[in-house]
Amino acid sequence: MNPKEYKYTQEHEWICPESEDKGKMGITDYAQSQLGDLVFFDLPALDTQVEQSEKMGEVESVKAVSDLLSPASGRVLEVNQAAIDEPQLANQDPYGAGWLVRLELSQPSELDALMTSDEYDKLVAELSEEESG
Amino acid sequence: MGRHHYLLPDISQSGKIGCSLPSLDVTAAELPPKELLRQELELPEVSEVELVRYFTALSKLNYGVDTGFYPLGSCTMKYNPKWHEDIAKFPGFTSIHPYQPVESAQGALQLMFELQEYLAEITGMSATSLAPMAGAQGELASILIAKAYHQARGDKMRKRILVPDSAHGTNPATAAMCGFEISAVPSDDRGNIDLKSLESMMNEEVVCLTLTMPTTLGLFDPQIAEIGRLIHERGGLLCGDGANLNSLLGKVKFGDLGFDCVQLNLHKTFSTPHGGGGPGSGPICVKSNLADFLPSPLVTKQDKEYTFTLPAKSIGSLGAAYGNFGVMVKAYAYIRSLGAEGLREVSENAVINANYIKEKLKAYYHLPYDRTCMHEVIFSGKWQKVKGVATLDIAKRLLDFGFHPPTIYFPLVVDGALMTEPTETESKEMLDAYIDAMKEIAREADENPEILHTAPHNTPVRRLDEATAARKPDLRWKTSGRAEIDEKKDTS
Amino acid sequence: MLSPYLPNTEATRNSMLRDIGVDSVEELFLDIPEEFRNAHFKLPSPLSELELKEELYQLSNRNANLHDYACFLGAGYYRHFIPSVVGHITGRSEFYTAYTPYQAEASQGTLQSIYEYQSLICQLTGLEVSNAGMYDGSTAAAEAALMACRITKRDRVTMLSTVNPRYQRVVDTYANGHNIPLEKVEPNLDSLSSDSACLIVQQPNFFGYFEDIGAYTQKAHDIGALLIAVVDPISLGMFKPPSDYGVDIVVAEGQALGNPMSFGGPGLGIFACRKEYLRQMPGRIVGKTVDVDGQPGYVLTLSTREQHIRRERATSNICTNEALVALAATVYLAALGKRGLRQVAELCYHKAHYAADAIGKLKGYSLVFQQPFFEEFVMRCPTAPRRINEVLFKERIIGGLDLSHMIDNSMLLCVTEVNTKQDIDRLVEVLSAF
Repeated sequence: MNPKEYKYTQEHEWICPESEDKGKMGITDYAQSQLGDLVFFDLPALDTQVEQSEKMGEVESVKAVSDLLSPASGRVLEVNQAAIDEPQLANQDPYGAGWLVRLELSQPSELDALMTSDEYDKLVAELSEEESG
Repeated sequence: MGRHHYLLPDISQSGKIGCSLPSLDVTAAELPPKELLRQELELPEVSEVELVRYFTALSKLNYGVDTGFYPLGSCTMKYNPKWHEDIAKFPGFTSIHPYQPVESAQGALQLMFELQEYLAEITGMSATSLAPMAGAQGELASILIAKAYHQARGDKMRKRILVPDSAHGTNPATAAMCGFEISAVPSDDRGNIDLKSLESMMNEEVVCLTLTMPTTLGLFDPQIAEIGRLIHERGGLLCGDGANLNSLLGKVKFGDLGFDCVQLNLHKTFSTPHGGGGPGSGPICVKSNLADFLPSPLVTKQDKEYTFTLPAKSIGSLGAAYGNFGVMVKAYAYIRSLGAEGLREVSENAVINANYIKEKLKAYYHLPYDRTCMHEVIFSGKWQKVKGVATLDIAKRLLDFGFHPPTIYFPLVVDGALMTEPTETESKEMLDAYIDAMKEIAREADENPEILHTAPHNTPVRRLDEATAARKPDLRWKTSGRAEIDEKKDTS
Repeated sequence: MLSPYLPNTEATRNSMLRDIGVDSVEELFLDIPEEFRNAHFKLPSPLSELELKEELYQLSNRNANLHDYACFLGAGYYRHFIPSVVGHITGRSEFYTAYTPYQAEASQGTLQSIYEYQSLICQLTGLEVSNAGMYDGSTAAAEAALMACRITKRDRVTMLSTVNPRYQRVVDTYANGHNIPLEKVEPNLDSLSSDSACLIVQQPNFFGYFEDIGAYTQKAHDIGALLIAVVDPISLGMFKPPSDYGVDIVVAEGQALGNPMSFGGPGLGIFACRKEYLRQMPGRIVGKTVDVDGQPGYVLTLSTREQHIRRERATSNICTNEALVALAATVYLAALGKRGLRQVAELCYHKAHYAADAIGKLKGYSLVFQQPFFEEFVMRCPTAPRRINEVLFKERIIGGLDLSHMIDNSMLLCVTEVNTKQDIDRLVEVLSAF
């Protein structure tokens, strides 16, 4: 369900390494289901320098707004215009067509500190149990 | 199609007009330079007949207190007495200019002065400013006053405002407008403030604790004296949000509870109409230690003359005039028609009505705090959630039964909250009908959840696509086309 | 005491108490510590509707009202003709007893009216988006200033000295909250700081005359600041819309549109801005959408800007949109329409110029400013305006605003379509005696 090759943050962002020093990021399926119908992304401008775990933008749904934290340090190479135009892409396909930002990674080893998909699956399971409890 | 499906441009036609105007009775002057003048003025043109039919059709799509039960929590949707509407229309109240000579507006100033006094008496405070034009502005005033108070004491350390975790969103927004941070104090499982947490969070950096009393959970926190002591001991202020005053009217004074100030909502507690979203009025009452900081102006009396004065260290002006006078007139009338005894009957009936609903529905909806509530009761949608029915579905289904739903999803500390405030102006018959509808919905959640997911069914429109409204904002028409054509254009 | 607003009889209340499981209503208040529970309130004894109506009628007669007095006072609040149709529509209780339209399915009347309001304001001002209304013109100006600070990420607000002084005070109060300095500059703009977030101007200005807004806008944009214009909505029936000057945000007092003065409140803060600033705009906004059946409908939208969601990062803490006042403005604009609003504006213009002309010919009186004006003008007087106004009042005339603290022996006079030639001639006659 949560792609095996991706890495995950505690705040429900994912990052998929593309090559040694590049990666795409977005929000996870859990995040989009919690937020509900997504309506707007406030994404950083191209070439912006970002830091791991620092706020780089915002994600808005009809009823909520959430900070978008960067899963890695580096530079913004591209933002997903398709998702900006049709925010529901991140609801429908959060790991594929609903990606948000492409980064050039300044410290690729940072990704080691993030969760694997197994670890993230466990986190989501714990949170879901808490909610229905 | 219903008349309401058209918009003004659809019924507009060149040459129509909806009123009659006199001709010019003086010699026309030379027109100003052309660069200053506008060429086109694109406004719709409709006859008075069509205008009236259009807005009459629109009014029929609305649900108001005069339509039926409106149990929105902390909104106090009580009945709006009709004679208030009539007296508020006296020309002596409507057709007076705020800047006309004070001697020529003594009736207005007398009303404001007496209202200041009544509100101070009702809240157990020393002084009142009627300037804030709404509850949120009253809240802004209270934080600005707290800020000014500390500055005047030479205390530059204060930078944080404490609020309970059940606080309304205006509280952090207001704190930010005053340059302060905000920290949430946890509640315990009885719904009261966790005193230990408060004690550890209270220090010399705290400006004030802003507290709604009863709380937004509809509960009176019996620890209030201790809470006040903890705050005052470390030099902070205890600021009250009077949104829930309807439960304490004529019985309890905020001043006695230890509050330094409290802001009120005339459109809630004091029966003035909500107007579909305003106008309201949010006066603020303070103890003598804060009176110098009140927003300007105050009405004062010298011998038999009334006049405006500016408090010595006023936080400034909150508007270009004196507050919402047209709303004050109605609140004044209300207080004069009730007296102390009448106010007490209001709160007592309000509290009885809320507790009645609580008792009758607690077997059907989860009651997170099973204790006496005040003027409102909060249920959670927890039991229905496990059946796949959301609080939103319950609310929408209530519309089918002819009721306006309670407040939903607030406060956030309750899962899927249904915050229900009947007010004192509802009869037992109405409450029973509401209770029956809620029981029926609980049954439907068991037996036929689909009907809840797709509710409402009987309203003028059904569930609306809020996502598209936010993604592709269509916020206005343009005169170039009919409504349907405009939908396709980017009109944002 | 029997009350028409308490439908439950004593017997019913007692049965409800039994259902609740208590013996008396006092038991429902036990969470309140006893020492606080039964305070004593000193308030006048209640009176019946009949008695109070009479008493309040007498109280209202202690005010000189403008049905009995000719009014030549403006300065932000204006006496304009209000067609009866306005009051009949806003008097419908489905409109005035409703709450904020959070449950859209039961509030389409309110929501569609607001959509109409937003549209009409955009048509009037030329700006691309409008919110549903704010408290009044002065607070709308203050919120516009804060919005400019958010957008430009600067923390200085600049205002022309020709803006209504009361607006200056309100913007000051709001700016102070954020510890943002408010600087006032003269129209030559020599002292405009390059780190200002916005320049606030008024058109026509507080003294009634038109300034070069285009030039101000250019100067503001040159330093990366926003231009905020405070306008007179009635003047827009005749004069160039602010969008033509390239302004970024327009605010105005909407009382003039179909609402009585009401001693200064309730008012209506008109607020419109350029499309690109939409997400930073405070206040409620209504949007059009469809329901599950594909029927058109209206909802509150873009709520993530607001306090109940964004909390401390909200665009404002505001929770009202002066809905009923905005409804009156909507009906007014619809009733007048394109022709009617232009006609009203022209009536004001010509009558004001007739008055200014006639007064200017009197000995000792002169028009202080020569620039074009709309319905207000500053007149220098042969003696203290205070004295003149006292005499005018005895003649059942409310004179202009005394500006002597700003300009020697001057008053700001206002003439609207409500002032007849007779009124004006009588004013001139009384003034000629000084």
